[in-house]
Amino acid sequence: MRKLLFESLIRSPLTEPLPDPELSMLAELAATLGRVARQRLGRSLSIREIDAGSCNGCELEIHALGNAYYDIERFGLRFVASPRHADVLLVTGPVTRNMREALERTYNATPAPKWVVAVGDCGYDGGCFAGSYAVVGGVSQILPVDLHIAGCPPSPAMLLRGLVSLIEQANQKNSSP
Amino acid sequence: MAGLIDAIGGAASPDPHRPWPRRLVDADGWAALVEQLVEGRWALAGLWGDLAAVHMSLLDAGSGDLAVASLACPAGSFPSVARHHPPAHRLERTIRDLFGLEPVGAPDDRSWLDHGRWLVRHPLGERAAASGEGEPYAFLTAEGEGLHQIAVGPVHAGIIEPGHFRFTANGETIVRLEERLGYTHKGVESLLAGAAPDRAARLAARRSGDSTVAYSIGFARAFEAALGAEVPARAHWLRGLMAELERIANHLGDIGAICNDASFALMHAHTAVLREWVLRQSQSCFGHRLMMDKVVPGGIAADLDPAGVDGLRSLVGRVRAAFPHLVELYDETASLQDRTVGTGTLSHALARQYGCGGYVGRASARSFDTRRDLAYPPYDKLRFDVPVFQEGDVNARVWVRIREVEQSLGLIDQLLDSMPPGEVAVALPVAGDRREGLAMVEGFRGDILCWLRLGPTGLVERCHLRDPSWFHWPLLEAAIEGNIVADFPLCNKSFNCSYSGHDL
Repeated sequence: MRKLLFESLIRSPLTEPLPDPELSMLAELAATLGRVARQRLGRSLSIREIDAGSCNGCELEIHALGNAYYDIERFGLRFVASPRHADVLLVTGPVTRNMREALERTYNATPAPKWVVAVGDCGYDGGCFAGSYAVVGGVSQILPVDLHIAGCPPSPAMLLRGLVSLIEQANQKNSSP
Repeated sequence: MAGLIDAIGGAASPDPHRPWPRRLVDADGWAALVEQLVEGRWALAGLWGDLAAVHMSLLDAGSGDLAVASLACPAGSFPSVARHHPPAHRLERTIRDLFGLEPVGAPDDRSWLDHGRWLVRHPLGERAAASGEGEPYAFLTAEGEGLHQIAVGPVHAGIIEPGHFRFTANGETIVRLEERLGYTHKGVESLLAGAAPDRAARLAARRSGDSTVAYSIGFARAFEAALGAEVPARAHWLRGLMAELERIANHLGDIGAICNDASFALMHAHTAVLREWVLRQSQSCFGHRLMMDKVVPGGIAADLDPAGVDGLRSLVGRVRAAFPHLVELYDETASLQDRTVGTGTLSHALARQYGCGGYVGRASARSFDTRRDLAYPPYDKLRFDVPVFQEGDVNARVWVRIREVEQSLGLIDQLLDSMPPGEVAVALPVAGDRREGLAMVEGFRGDILCWLRLGPTGLVERCHLRDPSWFHWPLLEAAIEGNIVADFPLCNKSFNCSYSGHDL
C-alpha cells in the first residue's frame, strides 16, 4: 500500500481541465435560474441523486464523475446522502408510477432554494419507455426542472459541463445586488 | 440418462422454436417437471407468462441442455411451482401481477411488481382499471423480545437504484431481511409486444444499463435463432470483444465499490481509473462508452478499425500492468480482509437450488458459465478458465471477479489475434410465419435468458428477458442473516444485483 501511495505523490494528476460549457445549456439555464431565490450559496452545491426508474446507465456515468479524471469535488460539487443537505436534485430515468411518490417526497424534503436537474433522454420525456402503463414520463411531469442534460446516457464530460454551468449561474445571481 | 427433452415429454409446440425445443405439457407433466426441480436434477432457468399460458425454462447444467415447457391456462390458473420449489416465488407473483394468471397453491399471495400505482391491473393479460392510489404491503414478521425494524429505501443514500429493504434486527445482528422491489418497473414487456425489431433491440439494450451489451447479444441471438439466420464470424468476434470489455469494466467498478463499502477508498480510487480507461477505449473503438445499441440483430453496428485494435492492445497491456498491484493491495490489507472474509456467506446448497449464476454462484462452488457450458460463438473457439471458489463469502465474490478480469484480458488477446475479416452484419429476412427463439448468454452478473416470439409480419409479439438477479436477490436475504447491519452495504455490493433488470 505504501508503494501505491508514494507513487501517487510523485505522479502528475490524472485530472483533466473542464470541457467548454455548452452554449445551448447555458442559455437554458439563464432563462430558468432568473426565477430562483438569490440566497447566497457560496461556491458550492450539494447534490442528491435520485434514480426515479432509470436503467442504471445514467448512474454509471454519474458515478464516473467522482473518478480521478473528472474529480467533480474540485468545483465545489459534492454528492450528499440526504435530501435535507441538498441544493440540487439530480434525477434520472423515466419517472415510474412506482417511484412517483418517493420522488415527490424527496423533493419536499429538500430545503429551498433548490434546483432540479433532469438527466438523460428518459429524464427529459420518458425516452423509449414513454407511453408505458408503468411510466409517468419525464421528470418535468412531476417536478419543476431547471436544467436538462441530454444523452443516453450523457457522458461524464456532458454532466460536468451541465453542473458547472449551474454553479456559475448561481454565483452570478448571488454577486449581482 | 435420458436427455432433457425426452424427459419433458408432451407435444411439440405448433410454431418453430429454436435452437432448443419447446414442449406443451399438461398439468400432470407440469407437476412431474416441478418434482425434478425439487430433486435438483435441473435448475429453473425462467418462468414467465403469456396469453393464457405459462412457460417454464429448464436447464440441465451438466449437459448444457436448455428447454421450455408450456402449460395452457384456459381457466386462468396454473399449479404453483413455488409451493414446491422456492426459487419460483417472485416469478410467479410477477406472472399474477402482469397476466392475472393465478398460481394455485402458491404460499405467498402478495403482489410483487404491482404496487397498486398503475391505472391498470394485469397489463399484459385481461386488463382492468385500477385507482393507482397505492396499497399497503404486509412485510413478513419476526417477533421476539428486543427486535426492532429498520426501513431503508426506496431512495438510498448512495448513487444507486431504488428498492426497499426491511431489516429486523436484534441489536446489531440482522434476524431477517425482506426486500421489496419493483420501483423501477417500466412495463418493458408490454412495450416489447408489437415492437418492430429495431425498437425492441433498443428496449432490450436498456433493461439494465450495466449489462447493455450482454442484453443486446441475448436479444440478437434469440432473434437470429427464431429466423434461423447466421451472422458473420466477425460479428461474433466483435460481440465477444464488447462483452468482455463490459465484464472487465463492471468487475473493476465492483471490486473498488466493495472495498469502498468497507471504507477502503484507496482501492476504489484506483479501480475507478482503470474502469475509466476501459470506457474511453470502448468509446474510441465503438463510439459509445457503454457500447449501447452497438450489437444489433443481424450483427453489429460498428466495425473495429486497425487503430481500434492497437488501442485495445495498449489497454490490455496497461490494465495488465496496473491490476496486479491492486490485487496485492487487496490481498495484503488485513483490515480490509477482516471485513470481507466470512461475511455474508451463501451456502452451496442454496446457490445450487436457485440455479444461481455469475460470481454469486461461482463464489459458492456452483461451477456454471454459459460461455463454457452452453458455448456459443466466439467462446466455443476460445480458451478460458471459469474460476470457482468454495467459501461463498464477500471475499470469495471479490476473488471470482479478480480472476474473471484476468481471464477476460486473455480472451481479448485471443479475440484480437484470431479476428476474422469480412462483413459485420447481414440483413435479416422477414419470416412470414410465427416463430420463436431462445438464447442464454453470460453477462457480467450471470446468465441472461432471452425468449421471444416473432409474428408473421416480423414484429415482436412477445419477449421475455430474465435477468440473473431474479435468482440472486432472494439469496441476499439468506446470506445476510446473522450478519451485522453495518455489513449490509458490503454484502449487497458483493452481490450487486440489478434493480432495473429485475423489475422488468
